[in-house]
Amino acid sequence: MININEVIETNQMIEKENLDVRTVTLGISLLDCISDDVGTLCDNIYRRITQTAKDLVKTGHDIEREYAIPIVNKRISVTPIALIGASACKSTDDYVRIARTLDKAAKEVGVNFLGGFSALPAKGMTRSEELLIRSIPDALSQTERVCASVNLGSTKTGINMDAVRLMGQIIKQTAHLTADQDSIGCAKLVVLCNAPDDNPFMAGAFHGVTETDDVINVGVSGPGVINHAIQSVKGRPFGELCDTIKKTAFKVTRLGQLVAQEASRRLGIPYGIVDLSLAPTPAVGDSIAEILESMGLEMVGAPGTTAALALLNDAVKKGGIMASSYVGGLSGAFIPVSEDHGMISSAIKGCLTLEKLEAMTCVCSVGLDMIAVPGKTSASTISGIIADEMAIGMINQKTTAVRIIPVEGKDEGQTAEFGGLLGSGPVMRVNPYSCEDFISRGGRIPAPVHSFKN
Amino acid sequence: MEKSKSIITVVGKDQVGIIARVTTYLYECNVNIEDISQSIVGGYFNMMMIVDATQANREFLTLSQELEDLGKRIGVMIKLQREDIFKSMQRI
Repeated sequence: MININEVIETNQMIEKENLDVRTVTLGISLLDCISDDVGTLCDNIYRRITQTAKDLVKTGHDIEREYAIPIVNKRISVTPIALIGASACKSTDDYVRIARTLDKAAKEVGVNFLGGFSALPAKGMTRSEELLIRSIPDALSQTERVCASVNLGSTKTGINMDAVRLMGQIIKQTAHLTADQDSIGCAKLVVLCNAPDDNPFMAGAFHGVTETDDVINVGVSGPGVINHAIQSVKGRPFGELCDTIKKTAFKVTRLGQLVAQEASRRLGIPYGIVDLSLAPTPAVGDSIAEILESMGLEMVGAPGTTAALALLNDAVKKGGIMASSYVGGLSGAFIPVSEDHGMISSAIKGCLTLEKLEAMTCVCSVGLDMIAVPGKTSASTISGIIADEMAIGMINQKTTAVRIIPVEGKDEGQTAEFGGLLGSGPVMRVNPYSCEDFISRGGRIPAPVHSFKN
Repeated sequence: MEKSKSIITVVGKDQVGIIARVTTYLYECNVNIEDISQSIVGGYFNMMMIVDATQANREFLTLSQELEDLGKRIGVMIKLQREDIFKSMQRI
């Protein structure tokens, strides 16, 4: 039987250490909505989403209240729209119309983000994919809740450098069209390498074609809980540190598994995966940087940061995998600069640089995330940063991503304000030397060799 | 399969009548108390009850809200949660 100390421990995690379920994301396949008429297509999409997700937010609230556990976000991911719109969309305006339909459906069912305004040109880019990508700046500036993502490469296909070059320009245009809000459009746009089909986290969530019609995926969190737990092993050897993280990650993940099963049962929609990611929020006590600093770093970004992050990420997975029947998504520690107050402080002091962040992404899942850079940064430099990150993912057989915001009108040392969960962040220094000639070559970087690993 | 149980926790400054008022309310709602334990943590009164609310004469979320309101009147924090959350986190 459950004893009082166990109850107190769990409730303390929730009340004092910011334990929560970060997202319950309902994946919806839109393949059955396809039509060659854009009006019919939009009607089909709106009907499909609003019918399938009509009880999502209420069910999330009920679970929150019955277990007294916060579920921060209820979200939707859909089949990549470049596939769904291929037959109907003849212009970028047609794709913008679909984006507005998605936004309207998201508002109708009460979710705060809907992901899947996506294209997957990892090897070659179809005409439809190119149209969708070119519609992204308008789509993101005319909608509030739609998130866009583009998969630019994979370990199996190499990197589509034409698409990488195009995305540098698209990110700049998106920044320009949302300049009045510190270029917030770019916070809803991510490019990936090895994008997973079942990721519940925004902005990269989409419902892949390998998935069933509808599915519930859950993203757990809990940096504050991990941080609190490792306070008790201060100065102890690494084995003890890892064990402590594993045990805590187990408990956190079990909570995700419970919520996933409950949501699935109540909605009558199968449960897909639990994503084991540690996701920070701008709140104090909910930070990945704090965990790394509790391990013994004076400040995140100091030498030892990459090793500390590698250890953390691996221990979270080891603890979480046993706690859940199906693990998927990104499953790693997120390091979004503007959403983590420890990362922000370190970036302001100049301890955390873009180059150190890039190194950190070699050992954790997500990549360069929520990084504000000067508005004057050129499209080719942004493409260069993307290409570097895609190369890390391709060679290391892992997911990497870039969500970078060239804040129009702002320069190094100023602050960009995005508000809410997206936080605020210092505009960081970018290496000033050019990669223009490299990026303008065109074509693709061939898939890497899969032996002779070094 | 064992019927699903719920856990009521009461946290706050100790005073006369906390248990009396909570249990009276539970009696009115037809909620059966199966176990009570308490401890003092950090100077605060902590009480936990394992209850069976399956025969209750009102909805789970109503019970939860009314207990929370009762807590506010007494000056303690009262929470009703389904037991599964503790079982899944604390047991393999």
